[in-house]
Amino acid sequence: MSALLEVSGLRVRFNEKAEAVRGVSITVNKGETHCLVGESGCGKSVSALAVMGLLAKGGIRTADALSFAGQDLRGLTEGQMSRLRGDKMAMIFQEPMTSLNPAYTIGSQMAEVLVRHRGGSKRAALDRAAALLGRVGITAPGLRLGQFPHQLSGGLRQRVMIAMALMCDPDLLIADEPTTALDVTVQAQILRLLMELQAELGLAILLITHDLGIVARMAHRVSVMYAGKVVESASAEALFAAPTHPYTRGLLDCVPIPGKIARGAPLGSIPGTVPRISLGFQGCGFRDRCGHADASCAQDVPAQSFAEGHDYACRLPAGWATERAA
Amino acid sequence: MSATIEIRDVAKIFRQFSGVFTAPRMVRAVDGVSLTVPAGGCFGIVGESGCGKSTLARLILGLHPASSGDILVDGRSLMAMPRRERARLIQPVFQDPFSSLNPRRSIHDIVGLPLAAQGISGSEITKRVHAMLERVGLRAEMAGRSPAQLSGGQRQRVAIARALVLGPRIVVCDEPTSALDVSVQAQILNLLADLRRDMGLTLVFISHNLAVVEHICDEVAVMYLGRVVEHAETDALFRAPTHPYTRALLASVLTPEPGLGIPDVGLGDAYPDPANIPPGCRFHPRCPMVTAACRTELQVPRRVGERVVECMLA
Ligand SMILES: Nc1ncnc2c1ncn2[C@@H]1O[C@H](COP(=O)(O)OP(=O)(O)OP(=O)(O)O)[C@@H](O)[C@H]1O
Ligand SMILES: Nc1ncnc2c1ncn2[C@@H]1O[C@H](COP(=O)(O)OP(=O)(O)OP(=O)(O)O)[C@@H](O)[C@H]1O
Ligand code: SF4
Ligand code: SF4
Ligand SMILES: [Mg+2]
Ligand SMILES: [Mg+2]
Repeated sequence: MSALLEVSGLRVRFNEKAEAVRGVSITVNKGETHCLVGESGCGKSVSALAVMGLLAKGGIRTADALSFAGQDLRGLTEGQMSRLRGDKMAMIFQEPMTSLNPAYTIGSQMAEVLVRHRGGSKRAALDRAAALLGRVGITAPGLRLGQFPHQLSGGLRQRVMIAMALMCDPDLLIADEPTTALDVTVQAQILRLLMELQAELGLAILLITHDLGIVARMAHRVSVMYAGKVVESASAEALFAAPTHPYTRGLLDCVPIPGKIARGAPLGSIPGTVPRISLGFQGCGFRDRCGHADASCAQDVPAQSFAEGHDYACRLPAGWATERAA
Repeated sequence: MSATIEIRDVAKIFRQFSGVFTAPRMVRAVDGVSLTVPAGGCFGIVGESGCGKSTLARLILGLHPASSGDILVDGRSLMAMPRRERARLIQPVFQDPFSSLNPRRSIHDIVGLPLAAQGISGSEITKRVHAMLERVGLRAEMAGRSPAQLSGGQRQRVAIARALVLGPRIVVCDEPTSALDVSVQAQILNLLADLRRDMGLTLVFISHNLAVVEHICDEVAVMYLGRVVEHAETDALFRAPTHPYTRALLASVLTPEPGLGIPDVGLGDAYPDPANIPPGCRFHPRCPMVTAACRTELQVPRRVGERVVECMLA
């Protein structure tokens, strides 16, 4: 598989005191879903926005490498970036209303994307919009094209967002919690759609979520973030079979899995909360919540491999968790 | 110690006004619900957004008057009960720990408010507030802080402390962990389970998260468009969901098991509108099993073995 998006050593800060993203590396291959999970505030959205060149004012991005389809994104001007966005790389934001303009109909907003990037007539663009709305499971596309965002339910709006992101046949789709606000039945419909589109079009998806169920069902690869860093990265199978970083293990213990844990029995939990990470912070960001922390965890944490393609950042040896269980 | 709740054919209709010249929309948020919540149990209510879960919760809490029907606790009508007495009996925990706590008050005042409203003296309030904070896993010294100085999980602990400080017998939790991180959610669920056991509470637990409901509830009611379409013991419901909506709902649950893919739920996009309830079975526009009769014949709850189902196929 070929790497479509390559991010290495990505750092983001908004002020002189704190760093939101502290050296994140992620590769998304063509036709693959890469899930980004982690505690609220760990830097998932900021990482995605940094890749898209959409950081809020004052956000400073640096990276050792940042390339899309072989093109280095670091040197691009804002004009060049905006030609890529919505075209070859598209993003679905968590709150659909922030990216839909309440003053324009669904049809004119969808058509505008295509006309801006590819030219052609508005008529042709509307036809494509209608076809895509049908594709995302909207039964009366003609009617929806003429409606305004506030006239649609949350589930419909989110489908519109997905259809809009697909207007220009992107190669990469970054989806930030695309189904968090939706009912589980609608969520299943939308995720299924993304999987179908991926199978058909070879779409690469960077999917941000905090839902481990979605990760298990959707991801080819998973990166677990904590306090601005990727602490573990593996294929979905490997991550669920042999979670190795103590945070990943803690996270997996927190979710009730029917049949695996008796009803009413206490769930695992991670005591404490996420620390604030100041600039120049040293050592493991998880150490004040980790049951395995020792003095060495305040020094730099080694990057280790559990197996080929399964990496984690912790002082503990690769087999620690399985040896203990055995 | 704990109390039984009997909900008898309760309805709540809201009038939504959209303009001076247009007729108000009559939103049938809860439309004829009958349920018995057994004493000391944890009773789950699930269903999609807008199906009336929170409205039912607010009816049980006495925060809305019912349009019709009645709710009884241990045989006594809630509607007729004085407010102070109701507050000693039933308390809420809401979803959003960020907006449900007054940002200008100290934690001490927030947790102590229900006690003050009962006319309890200042020093006694402080004593009970400190004891309650420690019971929910907060240090007593946090009493001096404001909500903004606490994390989401800590704020939800404050909300639970406030709900429990009067020693109620029923606690109605409306999405108590939805705004929290997975790791914090587990802490709060464990706390609720402990408190229920120790204090003999009856818990009504509303959640979108079916895995959580399966884990902590003894019985579950599934709501659709203002009605309970299935009600059963948790094991029975999850082992053999009977109503087509319950089946779709449970099929949509994504357990963290890799390789299972995403199920096809087949519900289409005909989202329901509680101001415009379809004739016949109200689920028929989305039901994968729909027949001609479903479009005209009104469905009523029917007992099928140990469960209650509102579908002609059951
Ligand atoms: N515009 C901004 N200015 C200053 N700090 C910011 C800004 N945007 C984000 N941050 C900070 O950066 C950190 C990472 O935020 P981010 O939104 O990436 O978290 P997240 O992992 O997406 O969390 P969630 O799961 O809650 O969406 C947080 O501490 C946040 O407060
Ligand atoms: N105070 C109100 N005035 C008018 N309509 C209301 C009011 N409260 C609720 N509704 C309407 O009643 C219906 C049921 O709402 P309710 O909040 O009970 O749903 P819910 O099941 O709790 O949904 P969610 O899962 O999104 O919280 C909705 O259509 C809602 O718009
Ligand atoms: S490096 Fe130390 S503190 Fe960090 S996860 Fe590993 S054992 Fe825990
Ligand atoms: S009565 Fe008919 S439409 Fe309603 S749930 Fe049963 S099969 Fe479906
Ligand atoms: Mg985010
Ligand atoms: Mg609600």
